[in-house]
Amino acid sequence: MANVLTVKDLRVHFHDAAPDRFAVDGLNLTVAQGEIIGLVGESGSGKTVTAMSISGLLPREKAQVSGSITLDGHEIFACSDQEILDILGDELGVVFQEPMTSMDPVMRIGPQIEECLLNHRRLSKAQRRQLALEAMAQVELPEPERIYRKYPHELSGGMLQRVMIAAAIVSRPKLLLADEPTTALDVSVQAEILTLLKKLNRESGMAIMLISHDLHVVRKLCSRVAVMQRGKLVEDRPVEEIFRNPQHPYTKQLIAAIPGRDRHLF
Amino acid sequence: MKKRANVFLWAGGILSGLMLCIIILGYFWTPYDPTAMDPKAKFCAPSLNHLLGTDNFGRDIFSRVVDGAGTSFFIALCVVAIGCLAGILIGSLCGYYGGLPDLILTRVCDSITAFPAFLLALVIVTVAGPGTENIILALGILFIPSFARIVRSEFARCRELNYIKSAKLMGAGGMRIMFRHILPNTFPVLLSAVTIGFNNAVLSEASMSFLGIGIQPPYASLGSMLSDSQSFLHSAPWYALGTGGAIVLLILGFSLLSEGLQLKGQR
Ligand SMILES: Nc1ncnc2c1ncn2[C@@H]1O[C@H](COP(=O)(O)OP(=O)(O)OP(=O)(O)O)[C@@H](O)[C@H]1O
Ligand SMILES: [Mg+2]
Repeated sequence: MANVLTVKDLRVHFHDAAPDRFAVDGLNLTVAQGEIIGLVGESGSGKTVTAMSISGLLPREKAQVSGSITLDGHEIFACSDQEILDILGDELGVVFQEPMTSMDPVMRIGPQIEECLLNHRRLSKAQRRQLALEAMAQVELPEPERIYRKYPHELSGGMLQRVMIAAAIVSRPKLLLADEPTTALDVSVQAEILTLLKKLNRESGMAIMLISHDLHVVRKLCSRVAVMQRGKLVEDRPVEEIFRNPQHPYTKQLIAAIPGRDRHLF
Repeated sequence: MKKRANVFLWAGGILSGLMLCIIILGYFWTPYDPTAMDPKAKFCAPSLNHLLGTDNFGRDIFSRVVDGAGTSFFIALCVVAIGCLAGILIGSLCGYYGGLPDLILTRVCDSITAFPAFLLALVIVTVAGPGTENIILALGILFIPSFARIVRSEFARCRELNYIKSAKLMGAGGMRIMFRHILPNTFPVLLSAVTIGFNNAVLSEASMSFLGIGIQPPYASLGSMLSDSQSFLHSAPWYALGTGGAIVLLILGFSLLSEGLQLKGQR
């Protein structure tokens, strides 16, 4: 199967860090079409920086980046700013950790979901609205018509995260980057959102890269897990293999650290 | 806290609304023609016929105050419009993109504010000559830096917010982010800056006209009328009181309004 994403020897160094401290240190990673891959690792291991590099939004004046990232045939580091804008929201969708602060407080929900369409497609207002409502129904938001007209502060965190996902998938991206999409939500809502991601992947064949702190979240969702430690990839294998037979000591630690009661989350 | 904010907002709103109604009405109708002289009615004290009395030419002072307030209001409006629009343009580009242009423009704004504002307006008017347009231009330019600075700091703050980053991740270009996403979020701050700026504009115009470098006869603004009224402080104190009172009410209304808006924003 063709790869949507190929990361080769990615190295990121922030100018204000120690000279030998790389935020991402020689990362190699591929994501195949329609695959759900989990990227796990402790805090500060470079997961978010990897995601930011993929989205081409790493501040150039703050960090030195080398290596290559190919997203659906586009070499990100060779792209002009305009070319990156053309990719963002069209071929790559991104969902953040914090739904509450990730939405424009003075804009209605509907237009925010249409943002990607507005930036990438030439559609009439009615067509955009139609697609937005479809996306909202797909992420199982109740009464899309009503929520379409609401402001972010009128919705709960779980609903907002669904809105964020709807906004990210409305233009049918090839890859969805979800950086800890459930950390800010309570446990039952977490499970719902993760189930939703799985459903979207099954229905539309969109590849998902799920970034998470904990292995148990990715266990039920992902087919493959990549484990990062201090900017390096320490293990990258099918999920059941990793759970049955972890190779790297750090992965063993991670699995041992899963609290017993949480194993039955799903 | 909640109650006080409402008091400021309500009092300011009602006062400014009232002034505004009178001023707008004054553009179409005043009790007397503000320039019509009546030799038989010089220095009349306030009465039901002449609410604020008459001046040395027998002109109705109330009509003149309404007319002058209209001129002052129009000038202040234009000045704030120039300052605000140019300030938004400069401030948004500087705040959002930063870098060298930001550094240069910020320094230029700083140096403009470092000059005594009045001196600068004086220079502009002396070079360009007095007249309504030149006053508007001179004061308008002077007002740009303060708006630019406010807008700049708001944009620099918003640039780092999550929802701006997420708009970028949806492929929104710089212009769209600046004017569709950030700008509406700066409106509360901008609104109170506009009301304060409006007050300053009324005061600056009044001071310039008072000194005789502003509005020239036969046109009159509150400032030039206050200057005229000085000579008759003893024979017709109502002239100065009426004109000065109008300035005070105009300023007070907008001060209360901006105070109320600020309190509302803090909640
Ligand atoms: N803007 C930045 N400037 C300087 N250093 C940064 C910046 N962003 C991240 N870093 C550094 O890069 C390293 C990796 O951070 P990153 O945010 O990718 O971790 P993470 O794996 O996402 O952690 P978490 O699970 O807490 O989100 C950290 O050491 C951090 O200090
Ligand atoms: Mg992170």
